[in-house]
Amino acid sequence: MTTAATPVQHAVAVTDVSRVFAGRKGASVTALDAVSLTVAPGEFVSLIGPSGCGKSTLMRLIADLDTPTSGSIEVFGKSAKQARIDQDYGIVFQQAGLLPWRTVAGNIELPLELHGADKAARRERAAELIELVGLTDFTAHYPDQLSGGMQQRVAIARSLAESPSLLLMDEPFGALDEMTRERMQNELVRICAETGAAVVFVTHSIPEAVFLSNRVVVMSPRPGRIRDVLGVNLGRMSDRGENLREDEEFFHSVSRVRELLHGSTPTGARGVENR
Amino acid sequence: MTQTGTAPARPAPAGTVARGRSWLGRGTPRRILVGALGVLALALLWELYILIGPADGVIVGGVTVLPRASEMAMPHLWVMLERILEPVTGSATAVPMWLAVLQASLFTLGISAVGWIVGVTVGLALALLMQRFTLAEAAILPWVILSQTVPLIALAPLVRRWGAQIEFGAFSWENWMSVALIASYLAFFPVSIGALKGLGSPDANHVDLMRCYAVGWWKTLWRLRLPASVGFLLPSLRLAAASAVIGSVVAEVSIGLRGGIGRLIVEYAGAAGSDPGKPWAPIFGSILVGLVAAGFVGLISLFLRRFRRGEVAS
Repeated sequence: MTTAATPVQHAVAVTDVSRVFAGRKGASVTALDAVSLTVAPGEFVSLIGPSGCGKSTLMRLIADLDTPTSGSIEVFGKSAKQARIDQDYGIVFQQAGLLPWRTVAGNIELPLELHGADKAARRERAAELIELVGLTDFTAHYPDQLSGGMQQRVAIARSLAESPSLLLMDEPFGALDEMTRERMQNELVRICAETGAAVVFVTHSIPEAVFLSNRVVVMSPRPGRIRDVLGVNLGRMSDRGENLREDEEFFHSVSRVRELLHGSTPTGARGVENR
Repeated sequence: MTQTGTAPARPAPAGTVARGRSWLGRGTPRRILVGALGVLALALLWELYILIGPADGVIVGGVTVLPRASEMAMPHLWVMLERILEPVTGSATAVPMWLAVLQASLFTLGISAVGWIVGVTVGLALALLMQRFTLAEAAILPWVILSQTVPLIALAPLVRRWGAQIEFGAFSWENWMSVALIASYLAFFPVSIGALKGLGSPDANHVDLMRCYAVGWWKTLWRLRLPASVGFLLPSLRLAAASAVIGSVVAEVSIGLRGGIGRLIVEYAGAAGSDPGKPWAPIFGSILVGLVAAGFVGLISLFLRRFRRGEVAS
């Protein structure tokens, strides 16, 4: 799943996209400036960069929560809007965003319920996903009875409810402590290997980006641009485990990303896409 | 805002943050006790003032700053209670006071209930309209607020006169409908304001999520906005209940409707000079109506408990 040999169709194709936010008194902020990026089916791509580099904006554009000022975005060959309507992606935000009045199962069933799945099918799918994220004992619990990590796992399960081929994740582990975070990363790697979905993952943690990704997109702020794209050769998703964090190649990639972020290396090094 | 939780049937698995309290836990008996103590303190204060207060009150520069503590002005509590058990008047056919007051209370309660239902319906409808269309909010909200500055006394005769002109088929406008309408006029206000705030209360996150699910305004309303508004709506409903009761009592007086507690208050007040315990009976009756109304809303909130859980941030 790591590299689709001949990608018939991109999971995400962002072409020359700019997003300008109009400010007061005619002042405007260019959040994204002529950004192009493709994501292959089944590929895990991280967007990393300092705050204000437009990584979350880019993700919101792909999710059709916002529209680009110029340029085009295609998701599985469709417009972003059509892809949203067709439920081609699942989404996870930094805050779990669970409905407090619904149980774990109820929250996971929410998208299925909204789209008219029948009760038995909903129950079955929810049970499946609850097992996938390891919350079997908490099915009937309410979000306020769960820890932050557990809430985020429910949010991930919810995003997978309709078996999307694309997952959009906006700093999903940003609010978690370091230990929970690493455990969640391990689980995400496993879940991705099991579902085979493409992932666009926004983060500001370098090790997180390297550990999870096939490619790391390094962005720079004001205006938001893609500085470089780094391929990470850490093997197949299903083979990635805890040991990887001590791997030579892992450290190497981490320092490469760090150099790119700080902009101290000569350009044109190893990036898959140079611009 | 007590947060209550479902007690897990089995011991909570390790790692659960058990915040739920059993709803009959230590909290409830304590609250009842504190409430009873509050009433008792008020009664003691009343009796204490009668005991030590000057019989002619305290007058500073022609203005009475403390009331007269005479038996006519401030009857003892037991005088009030005794009076309730006696017949209304000295005539042989007179019913006991408590029965007269109870009947009047029920009458007023019924009108208040109608006013409350109409008011809540109108208030919710206005809130939905304002939530749906920003333009509607800009157009309606100032009028909603302005509506409450019109004095009730000015309104009552108007409503009565307009109502009298309504007649079609077997339906004709009755005076009690005017009273209910005025009650609803007071009741709709807190509901429309509270519901508007509640409907707008979901996080941006949740609204985004609904957009991701590509569901329309109605589904978002039903699955997200309405449940999220419950915490704001319940206090509004309680306020509306109190307003409806006050509106009914006052409107009964200004419209001149017989049979309700408002009329009884005015009628019995005239007897204060010779029968100091008498005016207090309908006042207790109106308190009773208010308590029943508030209790009814409390009952509603019991059913909506589930929607008042807060999501605890990690």
